[in-house]
Amino acid sequence: MTTRYTEDHEWITVEGDVATVGITNYAQEQLGDVVFVELPDAGKTVAKGDEAAVVESVKAASEVFAPLDGEIVEANTALADEPGKVNEDPEGGAWFVKIRMSDKSQLDGMMDADAYKAHLEGL
Amino acid sequence: MTLETDGPLLSTPLTDLHRELGARLVPFAGYEMPVQFPAGIIAEHTHTREAAGLFDVSHMGQAYLIGPDHETTARALERIVPSDILNLKHGRQRYSVLLNGEGGIIDDLMVTRPVSEAEDGRLFLVVNASRKAVDYDFIRAALPDNVRLETIEDRALIAVQGPQAAAVVAAHAPEAAKLAFMAAAPMEFDGIACHVSRCGYTGEDGFELSVPAGAAEAIARALLADERVQPIGLGARDSLRLEAGLCLYGHDIDETTSPIEGAITFVLQKRRKEAGDFPGADRILSELDAGPKRLRVGLRPEGRAPAREGAEIRDTCGTVVGTVTSGGFAPTLGAPIAMGYVDAAHAAPGTALVLVVRGRELPATVADMPFVPQRYYRKPKS
Repeated sequence: MTTRYTEDHEWITVEGDVATVGITNYAQEQLGDVVFVELPDAGKTVAKGDEAAVVESVKAASEVFAPLDGEIVEANTALADEPGKVNEDPEGGAWFVKIRMSDKSQLDGMMDADAYKAHLEGL
Repeated sequence: MTLETDGPLLSTPLTDLHRELGARLVPFAGYEMPVQFPAGIIAEHTHTREAAGLFDVSHMGQAYLIGPDHETTARALERIVPSDILNLKHGRQRYSVLLNGEGGIIDDLMVTRPVSEAEDGRLFLVVNASRKAVDYDFIRAALPDNVRLETIEDRALIAVQGPQAAAVVAAHAPEAAKLAFMAAAPMEFDGIACHVSRCGYTGEDGFELSVPAGAAEAIARALLADERVQPIGLGARDSLRLEAGLCLYGHDIDETTSPIEGAITFVLQKRRKEAGDFPGADRILSELDAGPKRLRVGLRPEGRAPAREGAEIRDTCGTVVGTVTSGGFAPTLGAPIAMGYVDAAHAAPGTALVLVVRGRELPATVADMPFVPQRYYRKPKS
């Protein structure tokens, strides 16, 4: 399964027409200790660039943007009780939301793992 | 407080060491400062509460006020602070505030009277990094001709804080263990002449070591070689002081807030209160008498979402009654905490309020401060 990445340091994996979205290891390193995660309700419709979730470290709050248009089908409610999982397993168990995509062509412009790695090196 | 600055950032005598230790460096008050080390803010915070943390606070302003005798210098400073400096004893220090004509706070600072009678006429000041330039201009403008301000540019300032701080510092400077809380003395640290005071900004026992810039790295390395000591960045410094209920200048107190509104009434001593001879005395004394219109209070939000600086505070009917000035996550409590100003009618501990975070209303309660009990050193009774 191909993982795609955005310049906002989010990752996306796709199964059928459902995209699972999380933040990258780089993003969690930049945030530091995560102490709070605010998640959307299932059923909410989001457009690319909308705030899909909020992640707060000790220092500050950051938005997790919807990387594509669609409907939230599930949020990872385990993060509400254990926000520290975002630091421990950002690119696995600590996914944020699953979005039923309304326009799969929005995946086309995204980076693959090599391109994202190159993007990080350029920062 | 982060300040926008022109030109390159300043470094401290410990900046290279921070980099070597893997710190994430950020601009702060014109300096490149460590916000966190690889351990991370929560681990650094917890380590300071459980053992000892080392903080580089060399960006803060160190200065001497120098006059012909103690009375002259003390009275010169008393022109701009509401504290009793005249009766400050040798080797003791006092937390105070510089006041503008309206009783607003220009900065908060520590004032120390040297131990030695030979140094009478000198006071040692430590001011906030972000306010150095403003403070120095303000102080100089207020001084009589026979008292001068001499800024100290060749010394670093290292804080060691935590329940193990006394044992750690005493291993290199045995005299330190004998200091009372809010006392200071010159002493040798591994043979290096330093000025050590027993105070801090975490709510824990601890020390601030004013040391020659050239020896700062050796002293920091000697302290860090002790396994009880970890380096601590500005992130944990902020969460520690917030738990201790201590003000951060520019956030919790500023030129519009008085010491009474800021709930630091203890900067005002009886002699000065009775004389009413400090800037803004009309306002400050009437606030003391009738109570201030607004007051800095502690806040405990329900749930896990932190309320940050700027969040609106409403009463339970939806009326705006104040603003959050500092807020975040308290690692010791595992819960969010905040402080802010509220109208006096809503300032009593236990009052139910609402904090507006991202458009949502979070229930919160006015709480006593400090949020975490202070554990300052108390000399055993002899």
